[in-house]
Amino acid sequence: MTSPDTQTSSLYAKREPVFPKRVSGKFRSLKWWIMGVTLGIYYIAPWLRWDRGPNLPDQAILVDLANRRFFFFMIEIWPHEFYFVAGLLIMAGLGLFLFTSAAGRVWCGYACPQTVWTDLFILVERWVEGDRNARIRLLRQRWDLEKTRKYLTKWTLWLLIGLATGGAWVFYFTDAPTLLVDLLTGNAHPVAYITMATLTATTFAFGGFAREQICIYACPWPRIQAAMMDEETITVAYREWRGEPRGKLKKGEPLSPDQGDCIDCMACVNVCPMGIDIRDGQQLACITCALCIDACDEVMDKIGKPRGLIGYLALTDERAEREGKAPRSAWRHVFRLRTLIYTALWSGVGLALIVALFLRSPIDINVTPLRNPIYVTLSDGSIRNTYDIRLRNKQGEARDYQISVTSEADLALSLEGHPATVVTVPANETMTQRVYIVAGKGTPAAEGERTDLRLWVEDLAAGQRVHHDTIFNGRGN
Amino acid sequence: MSVKPTKQKPGEPPTTGHSWDGIEEFDNPMPRWWLWTFYVTIVWAIGYSILYPAWPLINGATNGLIGHSTRADVQRDIEAFTEANAAIRQQLVDTDLTAVAADPNLLQYATNAGAAVFRTNCVQCHGSGAAGNVGYPNLLDDDWLWGGDIEAIHTTVTHGIRNTTDDEARYSEMPRFGADGLLDGTQISQVVEYVLQISGQDHDAALSAEGATIFADNCAACHGEDGTGSRDVGAPNLTDAIWLYGGDRATVTETVTYARFGVMPNWNARLTEADIRSVAVYVHGLGGGE
Repeated sequence: MTSPDTQTSSLYAKREPVFPKRVSGKFRSLKWWIMGVTLGIYYIAPWLRWDRGPNLPDQAILVDLANRRFFFFMIEIWPHEFYFVAGLLIMAGLGLFLFTSAAGRVWCGYACPQTVWTDLFILVERWVEGDRNARIRLLRQRWDLEKTRKYLTKWTLWLLIGLATGGAWVFYFTDAPTLLVDLLTGNAHPVAYITMATLTATTFAFGGFAREQICIYACPWPRIQAAMMDEETITVAYREWRGEPRGKLKKGEPLSPDQGDCIDCMACVNVCPMGIDIRDGQQLACITCALCIDACDEVMDKIGKPRGLIGYLALTDERAEREGKAPRSAWRHVFRLRTLIYTALWSGVGLALIVALFLRSPIDINVTPLRNPIYVTLSDGSIRNTYDIRLRNKQGEARDYQISVTSEADLALSLEGHPATVVTVPANETMTQRVYIVAGKGTPAAEGERTDLRLWVEDLAAGQRVHHDTIFNGRGN
Repeated sequence: MSVKPTKQKPGEPPTTGHSWDGIEEFDNPMPRWWLWTFYVTIVWAIGYSILYPAWPLINGATNGLIGHSTRADVQRDIEAFTEANAAIRQQLVDTDLTAVAADPNLLQYATNAGAAVFRTNCVQCHGSGAAGNVGYPNLLDDDWLWGGDIEAIHTTVTHGIRNTTDDEARYSEMPRFGADGLLDGTQISQVVEYVLQISGQDHDAALSAEGATIFADNCAACHGEDGTGSRDVGAPNLTDAIWLYGGDRATVTETVTYARFGVMPNWNARLTEADIRSVAVYVHGLGGGE
C-alpha cells in the first residue's frame, strides 16, 4: 500500500441525513395501499377468532409455544409437522427469487417491514415537522422551544407506534384479549414485557434513525437479490439517452434543442428515501420504491414532456430504445424461462404442502421396538418382543384407540397395564403405550431371526386407522 | 528473508520493520473500538475476580464477594426438586401399592422415579434393560422366584434375599448334594436326567427313571413333587423354559453338586420407602408383573 490518500480517506462514512419530500402519483398511492393492508394484517390478525371446539384456543392465528402448537385458522400444526414451516420458508425464498428476477427489488420497495415502517415514521415526521425544507431548517435550527416541542412530539408518536408494533407481536403467542388485560394490569409474563420493550426499541431505532442504513449496511437481501436480477429484469431506471445532456430550464425560455429532457430539478433525488440519485444508474442502495418515477412524471407533465424519463424498464429495453427500436412488452420480460422455472418450483412446493396437509392423518403413531433385550423368553418357552407406541391424539376430545397386529406369522398382542387392547388418549395429548407381542414356543417366528409385522392403530370413534411396519426378533438372532 | 525496509514516505504510518520478499507491513495503531473493548474487559475481569471465586490459594480459592457457588446451586436445585416432589412421594407411600395403577399421575411418577432408582441401584446386577444375567434374574419375563405381584416385589426389594443384614430377608438354602456327600455321583446324574426330562429336554430315560425316586426323596420338599417349585422358599420351577444359572446337563449337575446361593441386598437400608415403592412399580410394569 503506497497510495497517498491512506491517511486521508476513512473507511467510515458518516450518515447524510435524508429528508424525503412529499410526492404523489400512482406508485405513491400503491405504496399507501400496501402499507395500509400489510399493517392492517399485522395489527388485526391476532384478534381474529376461530372456533375450534372445547379444549382448544379460539384464536385464529396462534403460535402456542407453551403447548408446542401452531394454529392457523382450520390448520393445526404439531411440532413433528414442522416441515410445513420449512416448506413455507422455501416458498418465501423461491417467491423472492421469482419477484426479483421478474421485477427487481419489489419486495424491498413495497412490502419489506423496514420500508413500510420507515414510510410510516416519515409520514409522522412530515406531519409534525412539515415537508423537506421545513425539516432541514428545523434540523439546523438551534434547540429552542419549537424544535424541542416538535422533536418530542415526533419521538413520542414514534414510540407509540413502536409500542403498538411490539405489542401486536406478543399477541400472536398467546390469547390476545387475555394478554391485553394482563398487560394493562401488570400481570403478564415478564417475557411479554421484555419482548415488547425490545421490539419497541428496535422499531423506534430502525424506523426513526437507522432507516436506509439498515438496507445498505445491515440487510443481506440486497446482495442476494443482485444475483437474482439480469438484463431482462424490469426495474426502476433513468432513461439516460432521453435525459442527457441535462440542463436547467430557465423561466420563459424554451428548452434548447441540443438539451435532454432532464432539467436537473432534483425532484427525483429529493423524494428518495434512500438519499440517492437514480440518474447515476441502478445501484445497491436503490430499493426500487418508484417514488422518483412519480416525482419525475409530475415534472414532465409540468414542462410538457412525455412521462417516463424515469420508469420501470429492463436493461435490454434501454439498449433497444437508445437505438430507436420499440421495447419488448412487459409481459415478455415477466414470462421468460427463468421466471417460469421459479414459478414451477414455487407452485411445486406449494402443491406438495397442500397435498401433505390434506393427506396427513388425524392419528399419528411412532413405534419404537425395545432392543434391550431384543427378546425375552417366557416360562412356557414362547418369545416376547416389546414395543413402545407413541400415540398422538390431535382431536379436541379424548379418543379410544384399538391396537392390533397383522403378520404372516401367528403373533399374539397384549398391552402393558390394560386387560383389553384399547387405550384412551386424552384430548390433544401424546401418550406412550407399551405393547407386547408373543410368538408361541417352537413357531417359526419364535425360532427364526426376524419376522415382519404390521402394527395397526384404529381410532374407534372415527373409524380411521393407521399402521406402522416393524419386525419381530426371534431366538435365531 | 528479511531485507532492509524501504523508507517511509511522508504521510504514511511507520512500518513494523519486517519485510519479506519486499512485502512490508504498516504498523497502524489498534482500532479505537478494539482498544476500548480491551480496556473494558480488563476492568470487567477485576470486578469479576472480586465478585466471583477466582484466585487460587493454597487450600482452595477466594470465595468472591457475592458468594457464588455452583455446588451450592446444584444443592439448592436438588432441594427444590425434593420439595416439589414431596407431596406426590408422600401420596405414593400412603397409597396401597395395588391402587397405584389406578391413578395415572401417580403411576407415571412412580414409573419414572422407579426407572431412575433402577438405573442407579439395580442395573449393576440385573442389567440396564432388566434382562438379568447368569445368576441374576431376568425381571422382564413371567417367571418369579419369590412372587411377581407388586406386594411380593416390594417385599423382595425392601428386605432383599439371603443377606445377613436384614432379619426379614427372604431366605432359603439348597443343600450341596455332591460336595457334602448327600448324593453320590451316580445319583446326581440320575436326578439330573430326571430334571432334564421334566423340563422337556433330551435325556436318558433309564437314568431318569431312577432319578425320579431320588428327586422325590431329596428335592420335592422344596421344588414340589411335580418340580414346579415353590415361591414360599424361592425354589425355582424346574419344568419351565427359564433357568437362572442354565438348564443344560453340565450346569444342572454343577447346581446339584455345589448348590447356589444368590444374594440381594435389603434396600430399606439405603433407599427411602418412596424410592422402594417406585422401583417396585417400575419393575412390575416391565412386562412380567402379576
